[in-house]
Amino acid sequence: MPEESKKKILKPLKNFPLEEHIASGHRACQGCAEVLAVRHVLKAIGPEMVLAMATGCMEIISSPYPLTSWNVPWIHVAFENAAAVGSGVEAGLKALRRKGRVPDKEVTVVAMGGDGGTSDIGFQALSGMFERGHKMIYVCVDNEAYMNTGIQRSSSTPFGASTTTSPAGKMSPSGQNTSKKDMPGIAAAHNIPYVATACPSYYSDLMKKVAKAKEADGPAYLHILSVCPTGWRIPPEKAIEYGQLAVDTGIFPLYEVDHGVWKMSRKPKQLKPVADYLKGQGRYRHLDETLIAVIQKGVDEKWERLLKMTEMTGPATSEQPAQEE
Amino acid sequence: MGKKVGIEVSIAAAEAVGLCDVDVVAAYPITPQTHIVEHLSELVANGRLDAEFVPVESEHSAMSVCCGSAAAGARTFTSTAAQGLALMAEIVYIAASMRLPILMLVANRALSAPLSIWNDHSDAMMVRDSGWIQIFCENGQDVYDHIFHAYRVGEDPRVSLPVMVNMDGFILTHVIEPVEFWTKEMVGSYLPRFRPLNTLHPDKVVTMGAFGMPEIYAEQKMAHDQALKNSMPVLLEGWDELAKLTGRKYEPVELYRTEGAETLLLAMGSLCETASLAVDQMREAGRKVGLVKLRLWRPFPLAEVRKALSGAKDLVVLDRSISVGAANAPVTSEISAAMYHEPQRPRIHCMIAGIGGRDVTPEDITNMVDLSLKGTEQECHIYGVRG
Amino acid sequence: MEEIVSKPIDEITWREIEPGGVITEAGNARSYHTGSWRSLRPHYLEEKCIRCWRCYIMCPDAAISPDFTNNRMVWNYDYCKGCGICAYECPVDAIEVREEGE
Repeated sequence: MPEESKKKILKPLKNFPLEEHIASGHRACQGCAEVLAVRHVLKAIGPEMVLAMATGCMEIISSPYPLTSWNVPWIHVAFENAAAVGSGVEAGLKALRRKGRVPDKEVTVVAMGGDGGTSDIGFQALSGMFERGHKMIYVCVDNEAYMNTGIQRSSSTPFGASTTTSPAGKMSPSGQNTSKKDMPGIAAAHNIPYVATACPSYYSDLMKKVAKAKEADGPAYLHILSVCPTGWRIPPEKAIEYGQLAVDTGIFPLYEVDHGVWKMSRKPKQLKPVADYLKGQGRYRHLDETLIAVIQKGVDEKWERLLKMTEMTGPATSEQPAQEE
Repeated sequence: MGKKVGIEVSIAAAEAVGLCDVDVVAAYPITPQTHIVEHLSELVANGRLDAEFVPVESEHSAMSVCCGSAAAGARTFTSTAAQGLALMAEIVYIAASMRLPILMLVANRALSAPLSIWNDHSDAMMVRDSGWIQIFCENGQDVYDHIFHAYRVGEDPRVSLPVMVNMDGFILTHVIEPVEFWTKEMVGSYLPRFRPLNTLHPDKVVTMGAFGMPEIYAEQKMAHDQALKNSMPVLLEGWDELAKLTGRKYEPVELYRTEGAETLLLAMGSLCETASLAVDQMREAGRKVGLVKLRLWRPFPLAEVRKALSGAKDLVVLDRSISVGAANAPVTSEISAAMYHEPQRPRIHCMIAGIGGRDVTPEDITNMVDLSLKGTEQECHIYGVRG
Repeated sequence: MEEIVSKPIDEITWREIEPGGVITEAGNARSYHTGSWRSLRPHYLEEKCIRCWRCYIMCPDAAISPDFTNNRMVWNYDYCKGCGICAYECPVDAIEVREEGE
C-alpha cells in the first residue's frame, strides 16, 4: 500500500522548529495550555529574542532559583510592569546597537503577562508601551482569572464564570457579573501596527500571527486564550478541545487587526452553540438556561460587531481571505 | 580643568549626565525634578546626547524601564521626587536586589499628605532599606561631581548596584550656583565604559529575576547586604580619584570645626551649609560647637560615624524627615543605634527641622542647640512647631 | 544535552550566588523531573501511529520528541506529567493512557 506507507514516515515539520526555548522540567499544572501557548510563541520567534515576563503562573512555574526553564534571555521584575521592562530592554538594545556596543543584529523583544498582569494591574504600563511605539511584541496569555493565586476573578474573567472572588451564589447567580474586558479592542484603539487573537489549539494560526507580530514596524499585541484545566475545572486532557470550542462557538473569535484592517482568521459557516463550550466546565456548572441564553446573545452580538468591523475597514489587499481550517 | 559657570544646579546636573554618555533616560515629570529631565530631553533632541529618551507614563514605569535598560547593559538615568519615588518604590527595591546599576537623582521633597512640593528627606528615608547606595549632596558642585562618581562606583563590577544621589528640592534644584564643569577628557579618564556582569542578549542566555524559595531568600539578601557594605572601598577610591582630578575631596562623613567640640551637630544635604554658618557664629561666641556632615547614608558609614561622634558630650541631630509614631526620626534612630555600644557616647538629641520646606536659618540651628542642651536625651522635637 | 551543574538549593551559600540572583545556566530546570507527578501513563502504539506530530505539537511539557532513525515518537517519562493530552488529541487512537504501574 504505497499511500499508507507514505503517511507513516516521520517527516520533519515545516514551520514548527524542534528547538525548545522553554525547557521541560517546568512546574506548570498537568494539561496547562498556557505553557503550551508560550512554547508555540517562542518557537515562532526563535532564539534571537529577549523575554520580559510579568509575575504570574508562567513566571512561577519556570524560575525557582537556582533553576530556570528558559533557554532564551529572560527577565522578571514585577507583576504590573512587563511592558515597561520590555520597553527598557528595547530602548537599551536600540541605543547600544546604534553606538556599536552590542552585535549589529535584530533581537526581538517580547513582554508577556497573564490576563491580570495585562488587563488589570499592568494596563497602564501596556498602554504606555503602545503609545510610545516601542518595536516589540506584547503577549497576553489569558487564562481568564488569577490562577497563580488561586482562581480569583480578573477583568478578563468572562460573564458567568464562578471564581473564588466571583463565586456563584443565591445573590450572585451568574458568578462573574461583568463581561470580559476587550483587551484586543483596546490595543487596536492605540493604532499600533498589529493586534491579533490566537489560541494554541489552532497553533498554526497562532504561529503565523507571532511571525507577523515579529515583523511589525512597531508595537504588536497578541491576546492568546490559554485554557487552564485547574481554574476552569475541566479534565487536563481536554485543554486543547476547549480551546477549539471557545473559537468555534465564537466565545473567543480569532481575528487580527493589521494596520487598522480587521480580518477574521476563522469564520465558520455556523458557530456552534455556546452551551457546547460551557458544559463540562466546573466554573460554569451553576449556569441555567436563562444565563446561557444571555451569554449566547452576547457572543452573537460580538460576532456581528466583528464582522461589521471587517467590512468597515475592508480587506487588506495583500491578505488571503479567511479560511476554514 | 573645566570652566566655572554660574548655572542652575538642575541644568548642571543634566549636563553632567550628558557628559556620561548615558544610553537611556526614562523619567516622568514631577516637581522639583522637572528641570533636570527637561534639559536632558533637550540634549537628546538637539543631538548633543545620543540616548533613548523614554517619556514614560508613570514613575513606576520609569524605574521599570530603567531595570530593563540596565539589564540590557545600557547606562541608565532617571530622576524623581517624593510621590514619584513612592510610586516607584516597589521597583526601587527590585532594581537594587537585582544589582542593576542605575543612577537616580532624587530632588528631595516631602511626602503627601498634605501635598507639599517643598523639600525634606522623607522620600529618601522611605527607601532607606531598599539596598541602593544613597549619597546626600550639600551644594551644586557636589551634585555635579557625584553624577560621575555615582556611575563610576555603581557600575564597578565589584559593586554593581544602583546609586541614588540626593539633592534638596528647590534649595538646590532651582538655585543658580557656581559650578566647575568637567571636560570630556576628565570624564573619559575618570569613568570607564559600563561593562555589566550579565546582560540580556541572545548571545549569552541568562535568567534574571528568578524567585526565591525560603531555602534561598536569606542567602540572596545576605549577598545583597554584603555587596552594599563592600561598596565602601570603591566609594572611597572613587572620591580619591575625584580629588586628584578636581582638588575636591569628599568623604562619607565630613567634619567642620569639630576640634575640641563638646557639642556636635549632625546634618545631611544642603542643611550642612546652613549649619556650618551657625557653627561659625557659635564658635565666634566662644562656644565649643562643631558640625558632622553625613554624606553617605547607605552603606551606613558605621566606623566613620563612631569615630566622628564619640568624643562629644552632646550630639544634636538635624533630622529632615519624620517617622510618624517612632521614638525618633530616621537619622537619629540610626545614629543612636550606631553609638549604643560605644563606651564614650554623646547624649543624642533629635531635632526634626525643615520638613515640608519650612525654612531653617543659622539662628534656628543655634536655638536647636540651646533647646537640646536644656532638655533630656529622650525628647524628640519638631523644631518650631506651633501649639 | 549538557550536564546540569547547579547545586541543590539548600547547599548554596550566599557567597555562591551570582550577583542579583542571575542564573547563568540556560534551561537547567531539566534537572527537575516532573515525571514523578504522573499517575496516568501514555503508551505509544507505534503500529497505529500515522506520524502526524499532533501529540508532539500539543504537549505542554515538551516531553515527546521525534526519533527519525527509528521512525517513531518517543516519550520522555522524566518530564511527562500524564496530562493525557497526547492520547486525547491523537486522531487515530495510537496512544493509550493507563494507570501508572499497571
